[in-house]
Amino acid sequence: MKRRIFAYPYIVWMALFIAAPMVFIFYYAVNIEGSFTLSGAWTVFSNADTWRSLGDSIVVSLITTLICLLIGYPAAFILSNMKKSTAGLLSVLLVLPMWMNFVLRTYAWQAILRDFVPDVLGLSSIMYTDAAVMLGLVYNFLPFMILPLYTTLSKLDKSYIEAARDLGANGFVTFFRVVLPLSVPGIVSGITMVFIPSITAFTVPAMLGGGKSELYGNMIERAFKTLSSDGNYSYGSSLAIVLFILVIVSTMVMNRMDKNQKEGGQLW
Amino acid sequence: MNDRHLIELIDVSKDYNGDVALEHINLYIKDGEFITLLGPSGCGKTTMLRLIAGFIMPSSGRIEMNGVDIAKIPPYKREVNTVFQKYALFPHLNVFDNIAFGLKIKKMKKPEIEVKVNEMLKLVNLEGYGRRWIDQLSGGQQQRVAIARALVNEPKVLLLDEPLGALDLKLRQEMQVELKRMQQQLGITFIYVTHDQEEALTMSDTIVVMKDGVIQQIGRPTDIYNEPKNVFVADFIGESNIIAGIMLEDYRVRMNGAVYRCVDAGFGRNVEVDVVVRPEDIDIVDPEKARIAGTVASVVFMGVHYEVCVDCGGYEWIVHTTEEVKEGQRVGISIPKDAIHIMKKTRQTNIFDCEVYPDDNEIYIEDKPFDCVGVEGFESKERALVQILPADVQLTAPQDAKLTGSVKACIFLGTHYEVAVSCEENDWIAYSPDFMEDGEEVGIVVPADKLYLSHNKDE
Repeated sequence: MKRRIFAYPYIVWMALFIAAPMVFIFYYAVNIEGSFTLSGAWTVFSNADTWRSLGDSIVVSLITTLICLLIGYPAAFILSNMKKSTAGLLSVLLVLPMWMNFVLRTYAWQAILRDFVPDVLGLSSIMYTDAAVMLGLVYNFLPFMILPLYTTLSKLDKSYIEAARDLGANGFVTFFRVVLPLSVPGIVSGITMVFIPSITAFTVPAMLGGGKSELYGNMIERAFKTLSSDGNYSYGSSLAIVLFILVIVSTMVMNRMDKNQKEGGQLW
Repeated sequence: MNDRHLIELIDVSKDYNGDVALEHINLYIKDGEFITLLGPSGCGKTTMLRLIAGFIMPSSGRIEMNGVDIAKIPPYKREVNTVFQKYALFPHLNVFDNIAFGLKIKKMKKPEIEVKVNEMLKLVNLEGYGRRWIDQLSGGQQQRVAIARALVNEPKVLLLDEPLGALDLKLRQEMQVELKRMQQQLGITFIYVTHDQEEALTMSDTIVVMKDGVIQQIGRPTDIYNEPKNVFVADFIGESNIIAGIMLEDYRVRMNGAVYRCVDAGFGRNVEVDVVVRPEDIDIVDPEKARIAGTVASVVFMGVHYEVCVDCGGYEWIVHTTEEVKEGQRVGISIPKDAIHIMKKTRQTNIFDCEVYPDDNEIYIEDKPFDCVGVEGFESKERALVQILPADVQLTAPQDAKLTGSVKACIFLGTHYEVAVSCEENDWIAYSPDFMEDGEEVGIVVPADKLYLSHNKDE
């Protein structure tokens, strides 16, 4: 196949910027100054902070994903039932904030939560808590939940809905027995696209969180930033590998759910 | 079947944002009958089915079931189930759960559901297929599941929307027989939508022929076939010779230069009519003994019979015969009097609104300019009526005319084709020596001296 030649640029790119860094991470995880060691890995596994922080991150990401799903599904459902032109306009509005710089948006939330809420509204702020982090994450990742759901729902053949109505199902039953199961592929990709960036996020937690506990992304960041002679490259890389494995496992679980059924199915 | 009217449509109309789909439909459907809504695409048959199913509401009129108006009752509360055109089987459920869907909603007990579903699987010859997924079934099997899923709810009426359209010929014929068997076995009303006239003739107790949102004829298959009410029905159901004729008086018609006795009356004296003769009713005879004679233009072997085209002085007759004739051979054709069906002539002229510009010797029809000579006595920009005879309408290539449209129907009338052309605003009738495909784009040209203007009486 001559066409294979078109794949070479990407293969080079992948080798240089995806495969090589991975190799480095694995290398640094078990090497300090050229000699093999498991001390970095041991620090990760023996430290209770690692696990607490990982647990916190998972909880925060799960709640973020759930909130995105609860807000995003109805939004996508309403969008999919609109006229194509209206829905197109609204989905542009939906992604409009994403045209603004990510950090800038988070700064805005910082200003709102730190200054606007207590000073102008006179309320106690959730700034520097996990709640603030989740708010920031939901704000930033909600479009990634809505768009795949909207795509799936708008492609759903309306005759399935008519068939359900015809067979005696009211709107409620039609939704839970037909529409929801058939939109599982959209739910799965929405969850994947929110959960994974949430669990690896560090900008939002760094800017809006802090306080008592630190999330896993920030832990990795700190490990690399506080470079000292005690070989934190090894510690940081080991932390990264744990997260890497977690993401692979959760992706596999989600793909399983998607493939388990024909064209959709039950999530739970 | 009994004579009780189960469903009645009373003066039902339906339009979609101004596009008329159904116009003043009056129809009753008897309890237990197999009724077919037949017509070309866009005739309103599916709209009618969806009205009965409850997916859409009529713009006006009443739909009654057992004497109660059901127009505003949502589909899930109607004792009606539908077999959808593309089946719409749920892909996330297996065959058993698809069929059990309606029963589970009714909160029926599990063992009872099991019994009923298995009964249905047996009825549609799919025993042992319950655990299969929908995409593991062939088209014919999916079709059966769709029927079972609808029938298991024991509806009073089963609606079928072109259910056999996706199947190949052999399977389609098998399913036709089976559908009829199921309908007779269960004794419920089937309302069947199709554009396939053969299917309709095979299965139905009653056929409703439709065109452009209007019912053309309602009757038993034999009535529809033998006594079509108009040229459209005759042309749509089976093959026909449709010839222009003149009804001289009751029981006497002149066509193809000869006078025939016929069985129709009540048209008046010397009235232009259309005459319909089925090809299989015509006999090939010795030219010396026949009223009409001509030469064989073509012979095609069709399996059971030959389709022979006989040219009789400009009139072309299609004859189905088992006798072997040769191209170029001189033959006579004989038409028995009960094979001659007389029909009132369909619309013979075009009358449209137009705007007159006397200074330019022009009129505008559908906002397109036409040269016109008879504009004296009309004011500038006056809205008037223009009449154009179909014979004066010239159909050209689209680029050669200012006004264009697409061919909506083309019916052979013995010597020429009658073509209906659908333009932006109006439908035009034209005569053409050549056959034109439905949907073909054509241009419309009218000679300047063939536009007959008259003042609009309303103003």
